[in-house]
Amino acid sequence: MSTNGKPKFAMYWAASCGGCEIAVLNIHEKILDVDANFEVVFWPVAMDAKYKDVEAMEDGSILLTLFNGAIRNDENEHIAKLLRQKTKILVAFGSCANEGCMPALANLSPLHEIFDVAYHTISTDNPQGIHPEPHYTVPEGEISIPTLYPVVKTLDQVVDVDYYMPGCPPESHQIAAVIDLVIQVLQGRAELPPKGSVIGAGNSTVCDECKRTRNVKNIKEFKRIQEVMLDPQLCILEQGVICSGPATRSGCTALCPTAGAPCIGCYGPAADVLDFGARLMTAVASVIDSNDPTEIEHILDGIPDPAGMFYRFNLAGSVLHSSKSAWEGK
Amino acid sequence: MIEPFEPLIIGFTCNWCSYRAADMAGISRIKYPPNIRLIRLMCSGRLDPTFVLKALAGGADGVMVTGCHPGDCHYVDQNYKALRRFLLLKRTLTQLGVEPERLKLYWASAAEGIYLAQAITEFTEQVRTLGPLHWPRNGGFHEEGKELVAAAVNPVVALPQQPEEVKE
Repeated sequence: MSTNGKPKFAMYWAASCGGCEIAVLNIHEKILDVDANFEVVFWPVAMDAKYKDVEAMEDGSILLTLFNGAIRNDENEHIAKLLRQKTKILVAFGSCANEGCMPALANLSPLHEIFDVAYHTISTDNPQGIHPEPHYTVPEGEISIPTLYPVVKTLDQVVDVDYYMPGCPPESHQIAAVIDLVIQVLQGRAELPPKGSVIGAGNSTVCDECKRTRNVKNIKEFKRIQEVMLDPQLCILEQGVICSGPATRSGCTALCPTAGAPCIGCYGPAADVLDFGARLMTAVASVIDSNDPTEIEHILDGIPDPAGMFYRFNLAGSVLHSSKSAWEGK
Repeated sequence: MIEPFEPLIIGFTCNWCSYRAADMAGISRIKYPPNIRLIRLMCSGRLDPTFVLKALAGGADGVMVTGCHPGDCHYVDQNYKALRRFLLLKRTLTQLGVEPERLKLYWASAAEGIYLAQAITEFTEQVRTLGPLHWPRNGGFHEEGKELVAAAVNPVVALPQQPEEVKE
């Protein structure tokens, strides 16, 4: 137990954008409950702590760790393993840790191409062609930077995960509910769900939460969102704009379709769906209104980037994990 | 001596036409390569693209989807759904680096055992020409291939030096 008797809490970001931390702070005054019930021992975004402080802790001494971010390099993996060792309840928090999210779109390209774009194209002002060096000697000794892996991995491809909390980021009301639950468990008023459960989300699909009217879908042409004025009442997929609702887990209260934008699938695969992209492809292909192969191909031309569309959030967590060029490194 | 490459092909058949066609090939003593492992579904429309992905991730070098001829589906029009899913899946898989020649959709009626056997033979040879797919099974890594990781973690070493391309 900690010095002040409160159970310990940690939060870590691996390959992520920081949105998950903001979502945690978005629970507003509930954050005071976190402080009242937990001692925050490690949270790089919010407080100063060193890796060696974590290394010095006893195994299993942290009660709850929210781990957000995908595993992109050896530092991510090292900290994931370290926190696993020190933590009783490890939660894969947010889409990156669950299924790879945006960082995992890098799994479509080999590492040298990504590196080339980052350092040699217009994306970077780098006239001298300076590259990061994995190891560099300074007067004080040699310093190293983390080395990238050829493919981005999810947290549970690296360590054992207790609970999964999807979302990009997880909705604040869901975070608040989960924190409430953990506090109730601490007080002996509730029990934890079975290990491996998805927490802070629904068991249905976004379509189930969506209030738009649904009719029979017969799509003759797929359009991009900027090419069409969407009817505010009608199902978005029915209007020819691909909406990820049919494959995506509920829990967000269908925020995007309600606001007039298609669901992009950030809550990950719905319950019992093994491969998000496969489920979405099934749904999208079945609404195409044609039986003629040539016409179907023409309609499919309206989806210019199928892998990016169907695996926007899920590539690392998908059945194939990555593209061949990424794992081959060619 | 190196063993010749024998492709592993997963074939999905529908209960009412293509499985019967394979049966017909069997009882007529028509030979087709043993490389294909047939899995019977009630209908090609039952084919979830996940099945194809699992086959490829699980070691298959090619996947063949078969069903009733268009218009002949036992479930009216589900083979058209299979057709649309197949065409979309093929596009996605191409982007993921799976050659489209590793996938085949073929219609066979219950009487067309000889045609199905021919199609299986041709497809097997086609996949044989492409060579093994050898998709890594464990989170994007070859189980035996630690060197894959070692080669890729330090991209700086392997990169061509092209600083002059930086200018807009």
